[in-house]
Amino acid sequence: MSGYEKIITATLAGNPNVGKSTVFNALTGLHQHTGNWAGKTVGIAEGIFSADGRTVTVTDLPGIYSLASHSPEEDAARDFLINERPDTVVCVCDACCLERSLILAMQICDLADDVILCVNLADEAAKKGISVDCGKLGSMTGCPVVLTAARQNTGLCELKSAVVNHHPRKPSGLTGTPAERAAEIAGVCVSVQNGRDPTVRDRKIDRILCGRFTAVPFLLLLLAAVFWLTLSGSGVLSAALDTGLTFLAGHLRTALTAIFPEPLALLFCDGVIATVFRVIAVMLPPMAIFFPLFTILEDLGYLPRAAFSLDRCFACCGSCGKQSLTMLMGLGCSAAGVTGCRIIDSPRERKIAILTNSFVPCNGRFPAILAMLACLGLGRGWSTAAMVGVLLLSLGMTLLVSKLLSVTVLRGTPSSFTLELPPYRMPQIGRVIVRSVLDRTIFVLGRAVSAAAPAGALIWLAANVTVGGSSIYAHLTRLLDPVGRFAGMDGTWMLAFLFALPAAELILPLALAGGNAVSLADTFDIPSAFAACGWDSTTAVCVLVFTLFHFPCATTLMTIRKETGSLKDTILAAVLPTVIGYGMCVIARMMFR
Amino acid sequence: MNTRSIKKLSDLLPGETAAVRFLTDPAHDLAGRLSDLGLTAGSRVTCTMKSPLGDPCAYLIRGAVIALRRADASIVAVGEVIG
Repeated sequence: MSGYEKIITATLAGNPNVGKSTVFNALTGLHQHTGNWAGKTVGIAEGIFSADGRTVTVTDLPGIYSLASHSPEEDAARDFLINERPDTVVCVCDACCLERSLILAMQICDLADDVILCVNLADEAAKKGISVDCGKLGSMTGCPVVLTAARQNTGLCELKSAVVNHHPRKPSGLTGTPAERAAEIAGVCVSVQNGRDPTVRDRKIDRILCGRFTAVPFLLLLLAAVFWLTLSGSGVLSAALDTGLTFLAGHLRTALTAIFPEPLALLFCDGVIATVFRVIAVMLPPMAIFFPLFTILEDLGYLPRAAFSLDRCFACCGSCGKQSLTMLMGLGCSAAGVTGCRIIDSPRERKIAILTNSFVPCNGRFPAILAMLACLGLGRGWSTAAMVGVLLLSLGMTLLVSKLLSVTVLRGTPSSFTLELPPYRMPQIGRVIVRSVLDRTIFVLGRAVSAAAPAGALIWLAANVTVGGSSIYAHLTRLLDPVGRFAGMDGTWMLAFLFALPAAELILPLALAGGNAVSLADTFDIPSAFAACGWDSTTAVCVLVFTLFHFPCATTLMTIRKETGSLKDTILAAVLPTVIGYGMCVIARMMFR
Repeated sequence: MNTRSIKKLSDLLPGETAAVRFLTDPAHDLAGRLSDLGLTAGSRVTCTMKSPLGDPCAYLIRGAVIALRRADASIVAVGEVIG
């Protein structure tokens, strides 16, 4: 056997939402995010697998409808196919709508020599009574055909060996435009069981979820359900965390003071560890509940329906209905929401969506908002209702600012758009939990903790290094106090917001730490800690509003910089919500105090 | 009814199906995208529903459901309603 064999390069291409990323993950064992909506994959992912002793590198292209270049993703995909010349293009097709998938497949066949047709979602098609004749499909197109159901791991071995042992495509003998060829092939190869309409079930569900009188109540109920579950679930988790973290902090303190000299040990205990634990205590519980729920919604296929229902509002404000999708993503993480704005084709509308994304509270801001609702004396039920109200306020503000932008700096008329409404799919609960915990929760927690540690150390140093009779922290607080007081807050909160620039999760822990050396245990009873610091309900309202509308975190700002390529837009994205939030706080302070 | 009657795709009511005739404005931003989606001469298209605020509408095109705004759907000329 020869010592060197060439590595095979394969590329996955296909329409949006046909399960390319699922095929990719199943082939390579990687964890590319997947979701039931078109445009989920925005970058080009790469992985490797080996079969029959050969190594294959696989690239996963974003979903495209055509190689004829109508969007940046299509340009990128076509350039990739032309310039990189992969050995094999695996064209992932949707068995449920093969004809549409074949239009792209035919375009790819015109461009590449070795094409494998991977007819995915075979399980779903079978359930809908659709059957695909792979033999005829293979002979008509001249390509090897593999039937897969990537979510069930079916057909992947066959796909792997087809990639490794690919044979040059035979001429197909069909003529005409890609669309004509696709129609001819699909006409022969696809049969639907006794002519029944495979989309009947989805349309029945749509009648309720997107119905004229039911769509909006359903959306509100859904949000209420998500937040009610998040609130009640995080209560339980909080109690468990309380015991664990208090125990751990006590022991770490004893251990560290024994090993290190006092100032260093205190810097670690009261600075770094205390802040990190506070961040975990306030953010982990809501996040651990919210992310799986959100992933379920994403898998079900509901999110594009929400965009469909709300599009008219966005069109009136000169922006794109897909903005509601990026807003919903922003609920999880603003940086993800900003990246997601790539699904919006028009550059003007994409910029509006990017600039307004931080008007939706991200997961990192939830703890502070929920805590402020608790400080206002609201129980779980009222908090849920208030949280829905908060989101409606966000939506209203997003629309208002979008309108404002589209009549001033980003003038223009709404462009045309197409939005695919995917079939409803049953989420696989096990996978949802694993994926949302491992990929999202741990990732976001890790990021917050790595931001919390230095911020905690900095705050502790500021509080313990004295200049001219009082600590640096006291100086800064005093400096910012008038700014805070004018908007119903105080210097402690202002400083907390500034120090929380690396991660919004830090706002509440830093304010509590700065307020009056609140112990870790008090983090679990925020309302009394809040009152002990001398803050009242007006403070709570103003903090809530400013948490909702202020500059996005550093990660998001860097993402905005990357996506827009403009420093001016990045600054605008930070200044716009801050000015609006501050203004609203001033008004609230005048009304209440 | 005149058998050669031509209407716009945006005139289809939910539940109605028609065959695509041609695109009235091939220079429109969306013309290329619509043909990629399979809205080519002869293909059948069904209006499945209106969004709660009346615009956009969802269309079943070659097995996939695609939402289009009224202004965009109006560049597609369709034949008479089939069913």
